[in-house]
Amino acid sequence: MVIILISSLRFRLEAENFSPISIYCEGSTCREMQKLGDFKLPHFFNYPPYFTLQPVRETREKQVQLWKELILDYCRTQKIFVIKLEEEFPLFSNSVIERTLSHEAREAFLSALAAEGRAEWLDKGHRSCLILWHRIQEWADIIVNFVKDNGFEDSVMTVEEIRFGIESRRTELHGIDRTILMRALKLLEQKGKLAIFKGTSTDDEGIKFSV
Amino acid sequence: MSNFFSKAEVTSSGRPVFLHNEVECHLLSGVDLEPEDHHHFTPLKSGILILTTHRLLWLHSSSATTPTSASAIPLAAISHIFSSRKSLKSVFHSPRIRFQVLVSPDGRVFDPGSGSGSSSGSGSRSVVVTAVIRGKGDSDGFLVKFWDSWRARAWESNETSGSGSGSGLASGSEAVTGTGGGLYSRDGSLRMVGVAGILRKEQQMWESTDKSLQDAFQDLNALMGKAKEMVMLAEKMRQKLLSGTSSQTSGANDEDMGSKEEMQDWLLSVGIISPVTKESAGALYHQQLSRQLADFVRTPLERAGGMINLIDAYCLFNRARGTELISPDDMLQACSLWEKFDVPVMLRKFDSGVMVIQNKSHSDDEVFARIKSLAAKPEALRNGVSPTDAAMSLGIAPAMAKEHLLTAESKGLLCRDISPDGFRFYINLFPEIDPLNIYFVKDYGICSTWIKAVSTSGFQNHAVIPL
Repeated sequence: MVIILISSLRFRLEAENFSPISIYCEGSTCREMQKLGDFKLPHFFNYPPYFTLQPVRETREKQVQLWKELILDYCRTQKIFVIKLEEEFPLFSNSVIERTLSHEAREAFLSALAAEGRAEWLDKGHRSCLILWHRIQEWADIIVNFVKDNGFEDSVMTVEEIRFGIESRRTELHGIDRTILMRALKLLEQKGKLAIFKGTSTDDEGIKFSV
Repeated sequence: MSNFFSKAEVTSSGRPVFLHNEVECHLLSGVDLEPEDHHHFTPLKSGILILTTHRLLWLHSSSATTPTSASAIPLAAISHIFSSRKSLKSVFHSPRIRFQVLVSPDGRVFDPGSGSGSSSGSGSRSVVVTAVIRGKGDSDGFLVKFWDSWRARAWESNETSGSGSGSGLASGSEAVTGTGGGLYSRDGSLRMVGVAGILRKEQQMWESTDKSLQDAFQDLNALMGKAKEMVMLAEKMRQKLLSGTSSQTSGANDEDMGSKEEMQDWLLSVGIISPVTKESAGALYHQQLSRQLADFVRTPLERAGGMINLIDAYCLFNRARGTELISPDDMLQACSLWEKFDVPVMLRKFDSGVMVIQNKSHSDDEVFARIKSLAAKPEALRNGVSPTDAAMSLGIAPAMAKEHLLTAESKGLLCRDISPDGFRFYINLFPEIDPLNIYFVKDYGICSTWIKAVSTSGFQNHAVIPL
């Protein structure tokens, strides 16, 4: 029994080194398309011009739109909050067609997201970008719901408890990026829904809810 | 009366069609032709007067319309040219050139071609014609050249050389035209008889060729005059080459074929004997150059499939001119003048800055349709279209093909793909993708065609692990 368990585990681990093809059917046709982890890629991900920044205005607008959607979807499902431009990002490369987005292209797409309010540059040199697949206001609403659902209206919690505590496991708050959480909390503080105070250690702040 | 003058033909770009061996010498603008009394012909006003080695041509000049015909006076019909009289009156007047033209009994200019080749016997009447030069041209220079051309009597040597040339070996007997027997022919030179005669004739020819080459290269002016002899020589060499290769065995043929083709190309580019020069055309230099260029560029355009790079055209044109090369600025100005004339070619500038000459009848849409069908082929759907592929398929130069591809891209037909493999173009799929439903693919449409084409080749890097 134990042997079967271990061998199936190993088999699964080995399998994850390859990118398995999933067959899915849309409309009335069946398509084979590769995946990134467990994220389903659209068919145009294998279209080489998708990875070259298009100069013609109309084409460029469409391309940017598609990339924005894809980046947000991917970050949401993979719970990615920050993209660093100079590091490798799986979504920005396609080994099947051997294409990678240039630095210029990455910056262009992320700036487009930032212009829409769905991302924020963390530094002036545009090397690091915060991805807001939920806007700050949306996160704030999620926090309020979380507090209400669990009866924390008048209690105190630390920031880390919100991020990794047992209660947050079933919510989107679990594993949230600290910067985003602090922003949302500050927004709620301004509205008077809570108060932030410094805790015993320097990086562990406490929240008193008064929702 | 238009019946007075001989008719001269004009090309579609408004340049006169020259006779065999005819060379243009000078050009004046703003010239009126007036007869001494008006019942011979109505005066011709404000035209371009062109002096050639054989004729005086008058074209109606208006920069808006292209002249369709011209009037001509053969130099053979001119019996006298008056020297210019400098008087107090001539200081205030426009310069005038007066000459006497022989007239046949029916009131037309005496045409030596229609006669029997004998000199001025039949034309008994003559008319004095005055050319009034109201434009800014150099009338004194024109007069000098007029005298020179008239005295050179190029049309007569044409006739005798025409009958006397041909293969050297056979002409031994031709020199006997119309004379009696005897070792010496009518003009006192040694008659060629028998094998010795043939050898002597051959020897003479080589000596004259040698001498002519020496003369030509010593003096550029003389070279211009010898230009047509050079062309004839080249023609003879080509004939020899042609007859040479046909008798050889196949071993040496490839090399000879190569050099023969080289020879042919070279000859084609040495086609123009009469370049328009600043000297002979004065203020109208760019206009005449422009028209000549329009004529010249037709053949290369056809060979290149309707569009030719401006730089290529410049090289070809200068090469054909030989001497009296034009500068790139002149070329550019000549091309820009085409807008004002009614010529069948035009200059076009692409977004990338490349300038080309193309036929007015060239259609962009037709090229786009061809590019679109090329990009929709399975091979192109998988690997894209590179400028070389397009060049081969469309039958045009790669630089031109790239321009067309870029223009098609700007119209939204294609998308570019830049990679270490190079610059390629794919058919544009973006319009068909719905951003709100990115996983959906329509059954019919370019997306589904693309997916089918791409999946049949298979992705070699994939490993399928059934779990």
